[in-house]
Amino acid sequence: MVKQYSFYPGCSSQKLASSYNQLRSTQSICEVLGIQLNEIPDWNCCSASIGYAGGGELPRLTLSARNLALSEKEHPGQDFIATCAACWLSSREANDRLNENQQLKTEANEALKEANLTFKGEKKVRHMVEVLIEDIGYEEMAKHVKKPLKGLKIAGYVGCQTNRPFGIAGESFENPVYLDKMIATLGAEPVENYDKKVSCCGGALMFSEPEKSQALVKDIIQAAYDGGADMIVTPCPVCQMNTEVYQEHINQKYGTKFNLPSVYYSTLMSVAYGKTAKESALDGQIIKAKKLEEIAAK
Amino acid sequence: MSQLNATKVEKYRNHFLREVEANVEEGHWVKMCMQCGVCSGSCPLGPYWEHPPQEIFMMIRAGKREEVLKSSSMWFCTSCYNCIARCPRELPITHIMHGLAHYAKRLGLAPQNQATPKFAQYFWDNLYNGGGRVNELKLGLSLYFMNGLVEGIKTALKMRKIGQGMYFSKRMNPFEIFGGHSCKDSQGLKAALNKAREIEEAKAAQFKG
Repeated sequence: MVKQYSFYPGCSSQKLASSYNQLRSTQSICEVLGIQLNEIPDWNCCSASIGYAGGGELPRLTLSARNLALSEKEHPGQDFIATCAACWLSSREANDRLNENQQLKTEANEALKEANLTFKGEKKVRHMVEVLIEDIGYEEMAKHVKKPLKGLKIAGYVGCQTNRPFGIAGESFENPVYLDKMIATLGAEPVENYDKKVSCCGGALMFSEPEKSQALVKDIIQAAYDGGADMIVTPCPVCQMNTEVYQEHINQKYGTKFNLPSVYYSTLMSVAYGKTAKESALDGQIIKAKKLEEIAAK
Repeated sequence: MSQLNATKVEKYRNHFLREVEANVEEGHWVKMCMQCGVCSGSCPLGPYWEHPPQEIFMMIRAGKREEVLKSSSMWFCTSCYNCIARCPRELPITHIMHGLAHYAKRLGLAPQNQATPKFAQYFWDNLYNGGGRVNELKLGLSLYFMNGLVEGIKTALKMRKIGQGMYFSKRMNPFEIFGGHSCKDSQGLKAALNKAREIEEAKAAQFKG
């Protein structure tokens, strides 16, 4: 039985956008696990966590309410799923806040009337990781491993927005262990006590405050090296990008010699599931994950 | 609470606190802060805040309207949600900071020369004017050229290798400069956003202190 979900890919997952590799590798593992992601027709941006300068509370809630309303209309009975941390957070925040506050809900619906839509508040908003852990389960995830990632040591970098303020049920904010468990499920070894696991990479402020944010990323990468990691793995598009693409700038500024691949959990799973390098979106790495490429080529 | 007591309590609530409660996202929580400082100690960019969150809360209660709204502080929020996760009183601090930043910007009080207020506005304008989805290429370029052409070219050169990396890893499309992904019903979306803004501003206009 294929499991069906109403899928909100978000701006960065679109074709040739910055986390297109996350979308590609996610599709690859969904095929293996019997998950069907039905894209919400005509979805819009959630305004992430940086749109607040121009967008007030109600306009931002309205953005997410539109996506939820479209999902309710087009995919009744299917959970609303996002792969992007910011998309998930904004959508879940809006869903919760509108359901808890009747006045805001009425106002958001007054706005949505302009687009001939109604937000009912019937959806469960979930992260892709929740689908994997709760609906599929670690045991089932392990069953599909064709090429165990033996000998690889991986720093599981959970970051902020997949972890706070909502997080994954049953996990702690300070030391969530699900990503480490997923790494172990695939046959690799998680870095124990990775002390930058839930530290901030600067998020969108990498663009406006690059030096301050790169200082944060430097510590995240250094801690991964200190733990003996071959690579970083993360669920979040902003974490992935921030920990991967600025390493050369950091090296120039701090005299470090960083060259550590940072991959999505979906890429890692896809390789372990025996998919090709291309299907696993390894060509989406700027810092090549050579050890994963070798396993994929076997 | 007796009527007399309520009147006495009201006397100690200044106008700015009432304004924040009425007009700022989640502003009604500000009175709940107990000044423990866990938020400030948990903030990844905490050392850069002129007034860390717990100070902002106390300043609101002390009626320091200009100092708060003109502050660069809230614009150092990275939206990491550490403060929310750790606040013993469960204040939605991140949302209050976003709310204060938005309110300051709307009133024209936000710092003019700080990068984050500009970038955050570009982001909103990009999605609002771009048909409801963010055009990453145009967003990046607007940021590079934020301080004029010369600075922009310098930044673009500095970022050249990253741009090439993004292009060759199929994570950047140079043709987005001519327009990119957008919603089919971008008109409906824009109308809904305009309506939402209208409702919010009408409510704010009701506040008379």
